Amino acid sequence: MSSQSNSHAGIQTSDKPLGRDDLARLVARDIKPGSFVNLGIGQPTLVSNYLEPEQNITLHTENGMLGMGPEATGDQIDGDLINAGKIPVTELPGASYFHHADSFAIMRGGHLDICVLGAFQVSATGDLANWHTGAPDAIPAVGGAMDLATGAKDVFVMMTLLTRDGVSKLVEACSYPLTGIGCVTRVYTDKAVFLTGPDGVEVRETFGCTLEELQAMIPVPLRAASAVGN
Amino acid sequence: MLNFVDSVGEAVAGIKDGSTVMIGGFGNAGQPFELIDALMDCGATDLTVVNNNAGQGDQGLALLIKEGRVKKMICSFPRQSDSWHFDARFRAGEIELELVPQGNLAERIRAAGAGIGGFFTPTGYGTMLAEGKETRILDGRGQVFETPIHADVALIKALKADGKGNLVYRKTARNFGPIMAAAAKHTVVQVSEIVPTGGLDPEIIVTPGIYVNSIVKVA
Repeated sequence: MSSQSNSHAGIQTSDKPLGRDDLARLVARDIKPGSFVNLGIGQPTLVSNYLEPEQNITLHTENGMLGMGPEATGDQIDGDLINAGKIPVTELPGASYFHHADSFAIMRGGHLDICVLGAFQVSATGDLANWHTGAPDAIPAVGGAMDLATGAKDVFVMMTLLTRDGVSKLVEACSYPLTGIGCVTRVYTDKAVFLTGPDGVEVRETFGCTLEELQAMIPVPLRAASAVGN
Repeated sequence: MLNFVDSVGEAVAGIKDGSTVMIGGFGNAGQPFELIDALMDCGATDLTVVNNNAGQGDQGLALLIKEGRVKKMICSFPRQSDSWHFDARFRAGEIELELVPQGNLAERIRAAGAGIGGFFTPTGYGTMLAEGKETRILDGRGQVFETPIHADVALIKALKADGKGNLVYRKTARNFGPIMAAAAKHTVVQVSEIVPTGGLDPEIIVTPGIYVNSIVKVA
């Protein structure tokens, strides 16, 4: 999947869309060695399966831990050791525990290098909507999403590009209630990787489609990323 | 004034109708189930409860909500797959919800304990959770003014206490315990073990006993 060319033709790095695990593997590979990372609940959690020990990544969980290990099984399960999704997990050597205000100071103080979140929608300038559909009968629950979105140095989103109805989730402006403004720096989808920012959307690579085919699915102007890489 | 009491009933006896009660725990980790059961038995009602969640399953905070004893929840994540008692009360319009981003919840509790009158934070700026709140542009970023959350009582769970009320916790069950202990006028702690004064290394104490009022050992 590595991309060596800056030409529009070379931007397509896979002949078919990426599955969830392939996408998680790609995100894991893009995380710089030594990073402190928070993986959101759901699809982003898959990324942990593909982090290599030599990357020396430290995982943060907002309920008060750095150095979180894999999900606990069998005798490892301990009700006092859970992740943000309330799943029993394990601790790695060098782990640390701290209270909730310290844990969120780690996010809010800009100490986390990367958080990876799911999304309902991302706007062309990196606005994020991922906590509430806004439906009148929905019970809203925000958790730590707004703190992660505004606090981490880089916010990566993982999502399918299209809804079940075939509508792009990368949009000009979010119609769902916002989680944060201008916070998303990258969007990893089954069909392409996008770089978002104040100047609009660049496409780093595409999967199973050309840039022109991708543009036809998305209502915001796209341009090929000027420099390929992280 | 620090008291060691013999029963959870005695520990929660002072909680009055209409009180604001902070309850520790994130999910079930650190949730003081025995103290919550005692709160149920003591009959106090019209409570405002501060917790990260709004109860799960058929135990603890979920039962307090089921029995209609909670008039308002201040929390970040009420909706879960097993939060059916909250869901039912909320849909029936029988419980008020103040939804707070989790970091704001933690920092507002911390601020109360630290005597901070309020603070500006980028979290929530430009979202519906900041509607009606004062905002400023500080350091080039939009920020929202948030106020402290004080409580009459905190119910928390720790691993061990010593004779001075100093506390240590266990793994991610620590979560809101230390900040709630400082934010409440009266802090009640259930512990698994009480050790003599001097039995905890001062270097590892997480909550100093100055924040603690009542301690009860729970098997």
